Amino acid sequence: MSQTAVVHPQRRPSFSPGDAIFAGAVRIAGILVLVILSAIIISLFVGGLPAFRAFGAGFLTDTDWDPVKQIFGAAVPIYGTLITAVLAIVLAVPLAFGTAFYLTELAPNWFRRPIGTAVELLAAVPSIIYGMWGFFVIVPIMGNYVQPFFIDTLGDIPVIGALFQGPPFGTGILTSALILAIMILPFIAATMRDVFLTVPPVFKEAAYGVGCTTWEVMRSIVLPYTRVSVVGGIMLGLGRALGETMAVTFVIGNTNRISTSLFGPGNTIASIVALEFPESPAGSLKLSSLLALGFLLFVISFIVLAISRLLLRTKVKS
Amino acid sequence: MTLQNTTQAKANVGQMEARSVSALNQPRIAIKGLDFFYGSNRALKGITLNLPEKQVTGMIGPSGCGKSTLLRVLNRMYDLYPGQRAEGEVMMDGENVIAPGVDLNQLRSRIGMVFQKPTPFPMSIYENIAFGVKLHEKLSKSQMDERVEWSLSRAALWGEVKDRLNSSAMGLSGGQQQRLCIARTIATRPEVILLDEPTSALDPISTLKIEELIDELKHEFTIAIVTHNMQQAARCADQVAFFYIGELIEVGTATQMFTAPREKRTQEYITGRFG
Repeated sequence: MSQTAVVHPQRRPSFSPGDAIFAGAVRIAGILVLVILSAIIISLFVGGLPAFRAFGAGFLTDTDWDPVKQIFGAAVPIYGTLITAVLAIVLAVPLAFGTAFYLTELAPNWFRRPIGTAVELLAAVPSIIYGMWGFFVIVPIMGNYVQPFFIDTLGDIPVIGALFQGPPFGTGILTSALILAIMILPFIAATMRDVFLTVPPVFKEAAYGVGCTTWEVMRSIVLPYTRVSVVGGIMLGLGRALGETMAVTFVIGNTNRISTSLFGPGNTIASIVALEFPESPAGSLKLSSLLALGFLLFVISFIVLAISRLLLRTKVKS
Repeated sequence: MTLQNTTQAKANVGQMEARSVSALNQPRIAIKGLDFFYGSNRALKGITLNLPEKQVTGMIGPSGCGKSTLLRVLNRMYDLYPGQRAEGEVMMDGENVIAPGVDLNQLRSRIGMVFQKPTPFPMSIYENIAFGVKLHEKLSKSQMDERVEWSLSRAALWGEVKDRLNSSAMGLSGGQQQRLCIARTIATRPEVILLDEPTSALDPISTLKIEELIDELKHEFTIAIVTHNMQQAARCADQVAFFYIGELIEVGTATQMFTAPREKRTQEYITGRFG
């Protein structure tokens, strides 16, 4: 009895030149990102080197910005950058938490989508629009109502009164922080919503099962469970607030001065670079100082991003 | 013929092994004409069932037949999800617990629930127990210590964790976590305990411990347990209810259900012919 022979098909070789070309191309694409990033860092540093040489560590602490005397210090823009970003976080986080809490736990189903979409659209608005809107709408409101009110009520109180003094121009540190808060709100809210949704329902049910209210479940289960990711999301928002340029330039007042008052004008690294760059001749110490500022902003953003990544990663691991 | 003989033989064995359960106590919860809907899908159809006081009711039936759904009706867990609703009567202390206006937090502290998977909260062992108690009672530190020890002892876990009450509950083994969840449930001194397949994720030794625990707990609590394990139902339950596709097919004492089921489908299910 003859057995039917199994005919093995002619198999295609698994290696072809096309594959090699494609693999090489995607490898180059991946490496290119690294190259571009390092190129930016290096060129910023090299460009800023004359300023670092001229002023040394004093560049970080000097509050002067005097193109006539050729003295440039980074202290005011660094202070302005940090204070507006931190104030923005202080204003945005409670709102973002409220939005995420409402979206995940309380909102009726039919209402979740409209709010969720609105949050996403808010994130998509270009920053120049926030700047114009801030200048024409928020600044007058701040100048005519909010700032006079606080100056009259809190301005005379010792110690904290210093935060609420000065002429109500409408612009200033607080107004910038407010605009920044509105801009980063959707990012923080969206991150919080997403991580709140990762809490397994059975944990929430177990907490409801011992008689928790929705708030008690949020405080004792959801927040501890998602704490790290929530902080990571806040850090992402902080990173955006640090580097925001146009919206801040519109409303901060652009004065190189550290003011004790929240209503006082100031500047940030991004705003001073945007404003002064066109007036800085090539090869000047001023241009070098601006590039050095850019390098510092890069470093600050990098640190914030690294911290947020670190926090988010520990969450994934555990 | 053969089938009947087998059943008869089982009946004899059953009677010999029968626990001294002939009568069921007064109902602690009386369910009457209960319908449940997931959206438009009717998952429970006219359920009428009593949970006898300080006894164990075992709920058996193939997956998706509505057992867990019934538990989730009893403590109103379904309220968390839009589109789910119950109609009918679930009477406890003269009050219909599925009627609107019931204080859900209070209801859930009176009807505790243990889930299929252990659900320790992200906090210490001590805090896991104290958490639920603190929601409803104001206790001094020493009273709370006492309550924590009491609950953990009742859940047969005290000896294993008494030296590390402040370490995270996440570090316990699966079986320990499940006993912790039981301890947490009894810590609020509920009147009824619902167990939704509490041992399905556990090894045989942990399972045995929890079954012994159920036997202990029924002296103080009214218990309902959903299980896929016939032996478990036979070992633990005083009353057994068989569900099939949203209907309560048959209910009776454990002895009667496992030795002389009246319904053919019950008999087929408990002898492993389907499900």
